Amino acid sequence: MTVFTLDEGSPRMPRYGMLVATLSAAIIAALFASTATGYAPLRIAAAVQDLLDGKDSLSALVLLQLRIPRALLGALVGFSLGISGAAMQGMLRNPLADPGITGVTSAAGFGAVVVFYFGLAGVTPLALPLGGVAGAILATLVLYGVAGAGASTMTLILAGVAISSFFGALTTLALNLSPNPYAVTEIVFWLLGSLADRSLQYVWLVAPLMALGWLSLLMCGPALDGLALGEDTARSLGFNLGRLRLQLIAGTALAVGSAVAAAGSVAFVGLVVPHLMRPLVGNRPSRVLLPSGLGGATLTLIADIIVRVLPVRPELKLGVVTALIGAPFLFHLIWRLRSEDR
Amino acid sequence: MKLEASGISINFDAVPLLRDVDLSVASGEMVGLIGPNGSGKTTLLRVLARLRRPDAGAVKLDDRNIEDIGERQLSKQIAYLAQDGNVHWPMRVDALVALGRLPHRQSFRGHDGSNRAAIEQALVAADVERFRHRTMAHLSGGERTRVLLARALAVQASLLLADEPVAALDPLHQLKVMELLQSTARKGTGVIVVLHDLSLAARFCDRLVLIARGGTVAQGGPLEVLTPAHLALAYGIDVICGENAGIPYFLPRAAASTGNLL
Repeated sequence: MTVFTLDEGSPRMPRYGMLVATLSAAIIAALFASTATGYAPLRIAAAVQDLLDGKDSLSALVLLQLRIPRALLGALVGFSLGISGAAMQGMLRNPLADPGITGVTSAAGFGAVVVFYFGLAGVTPLALPLGGVAGAILATLVLYGVAGAGASTMTLILAGVAISSFFGALTTLALNLSPNPYAVTEIVFWLLGSLADRSLQYVWLVAPLMALGWLSLLMCGPALDGLALGEDTARSLGFNLGRLRLQLIAGTALAVGSAVAAAGSVAFVGLVVPHLMRPLVGNRPSRVLLPSGLGGATLTLIADIIVRVLPVRPELKLGVVTALIGAPFLFHLIWRLRSEDR
Repeated sequence: MKLEASGISINFDAVPLLRDVDLSVASGEMVGLIGPNGSGKTTLLRVLARLRRPDAGAVKLDDRNIEDIGERQLSKQIAYLAQDGNVHWPMRVDALVALGRLPHRQSFRGHDGSNRAAIEQALVAADVERFRHRTMAHLSGGERTRVLLARALAVQASLLLADEPVAALDPLHQLKVMELLQSTARKGTGVIVVLHDLSLAARFCDRLVLIARGGTVAQGGPLEVLTPAHLALAYGIDVICGENAGIPYFLPRAAASTGNLL
């Protein structure tokens, strides 16, 4: 597939450091914009002053308990999805791969559904993200149990599809057997993906897990570059592919499992963002990783701002908006591929 | 430096492919590995590169079993050019050749001076320097082969194992690639190259190893190996062979009337 013909070093391409700095600045700007956006009018300066003075004013509470966690989670979730998408595309050498291909997204969603189903969501505010993380860990263990440590790429894909289908089926089973329609609504809305009403506790729970996942994925960069030349060549360049796959799947499970646990299913970010970055950084997989994380964070924050700015009630879910942005991009990708085939 | 395989046996699903094959290459030597389709050339080359374990026998690098050598260390000693030259992302030529320096690179650091010099040398040696800024998608088959060879040369390993590097190339590019491999050997690298073209094998290789029918049919100097009897036995062909201006040639004439049981 030769969708993008520019590559690193092209004079029409920005410098890597400059791009990373620009994307980082965009995230900071989007964080501020996200904090300033909401249904209740909020004077940020006054709220910050109240926080600094230790006053429990309404403004300070809205800022600390609603706006800041929502913005931070948006960035964390987007970064996790973007970098994991780039890593999965690099591992599978397939531009249409996304983080959900390992089955982790589906399993983390099911973990949260179990929490809803058994009414555990009210026991502790952390029940939902903990359920999601538990689902992600379970999926990873099953993936390794089914595929084995030295599994080929094809075996991993098949195992991932099987796990995804299985947990998807369990989720629909839970919906089918749900004792009341309110639980069904809650589950469905949660699965659509949202950052609304998440507390700072969510951030403290998922941020360390995500950071571990990001680090794990970033360290795979050189091996992913080698893998671009095929498995034998990558091994001849000194990379242990069994260890590489283990590290990539564990990193994706930590990052994406935590993201789904915190925000539900946020579609297309992991698939689309690496494609948006390649024209800017080139096609070498290691160069796509970090910018995809940064781009994913920016895109998710912007989508979450759009959710709140649009005059649509009830509020659109974040996953719906990212899908509405992402799907046309896929059509665009297909169009470009068709043009190249002619 | 010497790479030495002894008593190599390989099975595929319990069916013997190769039995008790010996093969070696030393620095500065160019060895051709020849044999009919399905005879196990690629599999044997993968065993030599430690990409596959043999069912029996051992491969030693300077008397040390390659199983005992660390992945990173071995990757600096043996460069491998795969038969399947797929490049999964449309990278630029110089970025792709630079991947040959991965065994030498420190994590999270750019290429140092010696890495950059090795990349430049490989680009020049493979004569791909002039299209270094193009992506692989915009190159011909011959150009792509030379770029992939440049990637292998950029490793600057003591040994180079190349699997059918001239398959699907036109005669001019075949000659260029073989000359490049020969000059690489003359500069001190040990080269094992898998070939189908017997004339190229005879002309450019110092020694040949002919495998067929589960084992070694012959090995030694090209003219000792490429005899009508050996070729009839291995390939099932009668050949027209001769020499013109000091260059040996081998042309298949017909299926062998005797000898071949393939």
